[in-house]
Amino acid sequence: MKNSLKSIEELHSDLVSGNVSSSDLVNESLERSHKLQDECNAFVTIMDDAKGVSVNDNLLSGIPYGIKDNYSTKGILSTGSSNTLKDYVPFFNATAVSNLEKLGAVPVNKTVLDEFGMGGTGTTGHTGVVRNPWDKTRMCAGSSAGSACAVAAGVYPYALGSDTGDSIRKPAAYCGIVGYKPTYGMISRYGLFPFASSLDTCGVLTRSVRDAAIVVDGMKGIDSNDMTSWDSSRVHLFDSIDGNVKGKKLCYVKELCDINNYPDATDELRKHLSNFFDTLDKCKSLGIEVEEVSIDQKLLNAVGSVYVVISCAEATSNMSNLTGISFGPRSEGNNYHDMMKNYRTRGFCSLIKRRFVIGSYVLQAENKDRYFFNAQRARRLIVDEWKKLFEKYDAVILPVGSGPAKHLDDSKNSKISNIEPLEEHLQIGNFGGFPSITIPNGFVNGLPVGVNITGNCYDDVNVLNIAYALEGSMDYKNQIARGYDYEV
Amino acid sequence: MKYKALIGIEMHCEISKTNSKVFSSASNSFNDCPNGNVRPLDMGFPGTLPVVNKEAVRKSIMMSLMLGCKVPEYLYFERKNYYYPDLPKGYQITQETKPAPIGCFGKLRYDCNGEFHEAIINNIHLEEDTASQQHFPSFSTLDYNRCGVPLLELVTEPCFHSSDEALAFLETIRSIYRYADISEADSKKGQIRCDVNVSIMDADLEEIPENYGTKVEVKGVNSFGAAKAVIDYEIDRQIKLKESGEYDSMPQQTRRWDEDTMTTIYMRDKVNAIDYKYFIDPNIPKIKLSDDWINEIKDSIPVLAHERKEIYMNNYGLSNYDATILVKDKNVSDYYEDTIKCGADPKLASNWISSVILGYLNKELLSIDDIYVTPSMLKELIDMVQDGTISSKQGKEVLFKCLEENKDPKTVVEESGMKQIGSADEILKIVTEVLDENSDNIEKYKAGRTNVVDYLVGQVMKKTRGQANPGITRSMMIEEIEKR
Repeated sequence: MKNSLKSIEELHSDLVSGNVSSSDLVNESLERSHKLQDECNAFVTIMDDAKGVSVNDNLLSGIPYGIKDNYSTKGILSTGSSNTLKDYVPFFNATAVSNLEKLGAVPVNKTVLDEFGMGGTGTTGHTGVVRNPWDKTRMCAGSSAGSACAVAAGVYPYALGSDTGDSIRKPAAYCGIVGYKPTYGMISRYGLFPFASSLDTCGVLTRSVRDAAIVVDGMKGIDSNDMTSWDSSRVHLFDSIDGNVKGKKLCYVKELCDINNYPDATDELRKHLSNFFDTLDKCKSLGIEVEEVSIDQKLLNAVGSVYVVISCAEATSNMSNLTGISFGPRSEGNNYHDMMKNYRTRGFCSLIKRRFVIGSYVLQAENKDRYFFNAQRARRLIVDEWKKLFEKYDAVILPVGSGPAKHLDDSKNSKISNIEPLEEHLQIGNFGGFPSITIPNGFVNGLPVGVNITGNCYDDVNVLNIAYALEGSMDYKNQIARGYDYEV
Repeated sequence: MKYKALIGIEMHCEISKTNSKVFSSASNSFNDCPNGNVRPLDMGFPGTLPVVNKEAVRKSIMMSLMLGCKVPEYLYFERKNYYYPDLPKGYQITQETKPAPIGCFGKLRYDCNGEFHEAIINNIHLEEDTASQQHFPSFSTLDYNRCGVPLLELVTEPCFHSSDEALAFLETIRSIYRYADISEADSKKGQIRCDVNVSIMDADLEEIPENYGTKVEVKGVNSFGAAKAVIDYEIDRQIKLKESGEYDSMPQQTRRWDEDTMTTIYMRDKVNAIDYKYFIDPNIPKIKLSDDWINEIKDSIPVLAHERKEIYMNNYGLSNYDATILVKDKNVSDYYEDTIKCGADPKLASNWISSVILGYLNKELLSIDDIYVTPSMLKELIDMVQDGTISSKQGKEVLFKCLEENKDPKTVVEESGMKQIGSADEILKIVTEVLDENSDNIEKYKAGRTNVVDYLVGQVMKKTRGQANPGITRSMMIEEIEKR
């Protein structure tokens, strides 16, 4: 049986018709989890005691799924892929997890991330490097590395992710799957370990746009525990997708997509951008208008720094609760100060410590205006620029990153000048809280690449609908990493 | 005086009258069990988020309005970042002065020894309290029940010139907190904590910032008594430094009050001040404070102590002295008003409360809420005295008995047979009896020795064990003698 390779709708009808049981699906998923763990190291915890449940009307009931390990899960180890929480078992569920539980969804594992979501490589988790199922010498990107890896390898149809800069949408591209970050506040953040609260967004990794809509329908909802959540009870994502996109308008940014802006472009970058323009042609053939727009290069160049300043500042404060005193593995010390210091010094990876130093520096009284407040001003300018685009266009379409997944051995990765804005533009989606989805749009040198569609706040249906239509015009829907489309 | 002192106050007061804490759903109440009132947020568990308590905001806005402060259009909260075991999140959610806190730039008239002064409020802001700590020789304990309790911090300009003024201001604020049902404001429960700043300057200079002396901030002043002691101590200390020429080279500094030695002890100077890296908490969206809501809050401000006092004096005819005594404690004032509502005469009610009940409370160290005698019972007692059922001397005895034995006045009067014999028939019977037994004294009376009436009335009182109304008895006695 290839149950694990099916879409949510297919699995649901199989469950309802009795062709398969929830227990069959859970067991198959667990089996695939163990195999993938040996090969790619995607999981912090595999819940071998997970059980099937009785099926109800909801499409998600009885179907297994994965949870990124920065979601708080009641009674189940939740580490954030950090040594600072390596033994932490929460006593409450994240709201998104509770919502899925109520629908009958069955979690089967907790997936590896870059420590607390800080990192874009999938290599900094405390349980080690996550490998890309398409090519194990390559990375999945991060931070939702394990979730992307497992969905691409057919462990289940979906896994939860979180996205602060591009943490759902970039790994989705590197693994050839769909990654959807809805509008900020559509899904409650209660129980999500915070990285940068003004940017953090819950979302999902799937193998099709419809699946993404189904899952976010299940996760979302206003939450009295999260003041930034909003009432989306009148939004029905899955029911609203009809694939009717005639007359829709998309734009792409010249400065990011023009190969002439990259004098030392690699073969991968050339193919990636050329493939992107092929995708634009597909959009046009669907009846979508596509136009090129120009954005001030200075603004685009600022994106990465704005992200670093704001995310590090918020992270420094957000992670001050990690002292090892009331939870986490307590460190020894002569006094509480030494205990905290020892715990944090030993517990965090060096990348995080570097970010804490930056975060503290930019918030210091003498630096705050120059760095933190200026970053906030620049964030506003960038968001305003994108809002202007949304006055005229339904969404912005852009290539994800500079090509396929990067090598784990960094010496094999070519350095391209001026590439930062292309690598970092997805962060704009977090600056504005915009709904943003990555879907696979082909292959470069045998590895998957992705394209991103980002729309205005609360315009999720429009974004999903365009992505759905585009997905339908290409051959990458429901694709599984080569070698993983086996039967159990 | 060669010098004048400038004193500013930062007064922290817990809002004790909300059901839950300011950002968490844990109960905001006294709990004997340490760490009993705790929700995940109070311990800083990963993924928890703050949710603003609307009632705490409402009470804060009310306080801000009562202080004559400007209420901002939007409410923001900021994080004050520092590591300390009493602060599990690693930051305190508070309001810095930018953007505007819940109240800015207010003025408050207060009475200091019968003279009115004006206190200048810099700002008042809403924040969360930290866990309480207890330190023992080899270990310390943390109780997170207090962590997250809503706390209002009121900051004044250096507008007080003596410990008397500062204290009168603090007492006025405490009274407002209580009258507005915002807080019990009980320093014994740790609900009030102050930081006091003191500087001195030459008395003949104009009172403008350029002429101010060096500010010394004293932290951890946890009772009004301590506040007075700190201010007096610091003024004295600074004058001595000034006299010895050391004052002007003293750095701006933070000191702490040491209860044991009754001195202030140096903590740190301004150079070593902590950088709290404030920034707006991204978990709390800015909150629009609508004019309608603010007006609604304005309309719900209760009658405060000084206003009640005016009513007592103008409408009930109480003296300044009596009215002041009654409004000093809101619960006493409420009790007084309830007694009047039951129909008691305002002046008599005031007399009974201030002379008997308050005396008893002071002696027994009780609060008026602790006593068995209700306003309606007090009204009954007042009525019994007024209609002559018992004498006023008996009334006092009855009230004491009620307070001490938790009984109502009617029962006490009946049980002790204390009821004054008021009916003419009953008295006449005894008067006749006494006259029959004392024919010699009737003779003496008729011979002009009218003072024998006192003896005869005394005999009646003896026979009735004091229960006959002496006035009625006397006039009846004379009447009966005349008849014979």
